[in-house]
Amino acid sequence: MTTTERIAREQDTGPDTGRSPVAVPAARAAGCPFDPAPEIARAHREEPITRATLWDGSSCWLVTRHQDVREVLGDPRFSADATRPGFPFLTAGGRQFATGNPSFIRQDDPEHARLRRMLTADFMVKKMAAMRPEVQRIADGLLDRMTEGRQAADLVAEFALPLPSLVICLLLGVPYDDHEFFQKCSSVLLSLRSSVEQVRVAQEELQDFLSRLAESKRRAPDDGIVSRLVARGELDNAAIASMGRLLLVAGHETTANMTALSTLTLLRNPDQLARLRAEPSLITGAVEELLRYLTIVHNGLPRIADEDVTIGGRTIRAGEGVLCVLNTANRDEEIFPGGAALDVGRDARRHVAFGFGVHQCLGQPLARVELQIALETLLRRLPGLRLDIPFEDIPFRHDMGIYGVHALPVAW
Amino acid sequence: MRVTIDQDKCCGAGSCVLSAPEVFDQREEDGIVLLLDAEPPAALHDAVHEAAAICPAAAITVEQTEQAERV
Ligand code: SF4
Repeated sequence: MTTTERIAREQDTGPDTGRSPVAVPAARAAGCPFDPAPEIARAHREEPITRATLWDGSSCWLVTRHQDVREVLGDPRFSADATRPGFPFLTAGGRQFATGNPSFIRQDDPEHARLRRMLTADFMVKKMAAMRPEVQRIADGLLDRMTEGRQAADLVAEFALPLPSLVICLLLGVPYDDHEFFQKCSSVLLSLRSSVEQVRVAQEELQDFLSRLAESKRRAPDDGIVSRLVARGELDNAAIASMGRLLLVAGHETTANMTALSTLTLLRNPDQLARLRAEPSLITGAVEELLRYLTIVHNGLPRIADEDVTIGGRTIRAGEGVLCVLNTANRDEEIFPGGAALDVGRDARRHVAFGFGVHQCLGQPLARVELQIALETLLRRLPGLRLDIPFEDIPFRHDMGIYGVHALPVAW
Repeated sequence: MRVTIDQDKCCGAGSCVLSAPEVFDQREEDGIVLLLDAEPPAALHDAVHEAAAICPAAAITVEQTEQAERV
């Protein structure tokens, strides 16, 4: 591009983002807590595959379009192996988490597929559908307790977090009595502020806890996932603990944040809330739309190129890191016209909120059942639900790998 | 329409079952996709196309047969 062309373009579209890499994670704009960070949204519009700089000064590619994100995540030439030099991390703690005792989420096929297939039956659509009465019972029990003799509560602490926590403990065969311990470990592991040492300690404690649990299931099996992994006889306690840790952390942080953030979003979009209340059968599609609109895995899924690959007209060289930005992909106008707005009647099934490719979230049938039941029950049982603090005072999880709110004080 | 699946590619997260439960199911032992109807009726074609589009592992292939085109 000549200087004149560049000036003309800059006048047209603002500064050429191709010249200065985007620093990630990028901050969201004040007052727009549901929208992607402005720099990343701009990159998506102007230079959809662009360079980014990370905390340690290293750089990687940022892939922001729906089609390109699907191509990278669906292409086995992009590796998920975090031990490869050049793999992009968001923080030093994140590097520790991804490389110390990695679970199959950070491995490639065939080892990834071998391990993942030990669990696919446990999260099948039909099995999760059969869990509905149990999940409903848990949701009702939590709301009974939350509302008994009271008019206000923190929805995160009393409903959004305990619901998936109770369910994943039940599925795994982990005693819920220890929930404070593993909830604390989970948040250390996913906080962008945790030091390497804090991550290492949380990881070790959780690993020890789950190894001991696996050992106890060897002696006294139940019908939970940990016992079934033990019974297969293919994995030692440490390997079972790594898998258990992945399921426990993923089971806690994702659905809990989707539930609370979805509730807040609906309260901020009263027309959409009214529509969903008037037509409860919209809930299945509304959950997909909320997954799309909120995209709580908000900092980009990391991969590294195994060989030179051309994506969206750009050649990504072997050894270069890539972050696939899911939240801009999920607002890509080509796939979701008017995607910046929440529309509970939209067909949002093509969203990539669960990722894409062979690593796509294994627990999504469970997450869907939990979210559908949690939101439907909450809206039905608390018709007067409202925020109990000013919107500006809500503590958003800008500092966490999984987005959401730290607390959601509500009244009814 | 003719549908084929590649069970080796399938990663078992079940999106296809949600889109078109009449055409796709999951194997009880390992959650891997099962094809219930390789030539689904026209009323299901949209759902099957959607299932193929959202399959994260590109394990579903849809071929347009002449008969389907006539419908
Ligand atoms: S959507 Fe694809 S990967 Fe998922 S279960 Fe169906 S065929 Fe398998």
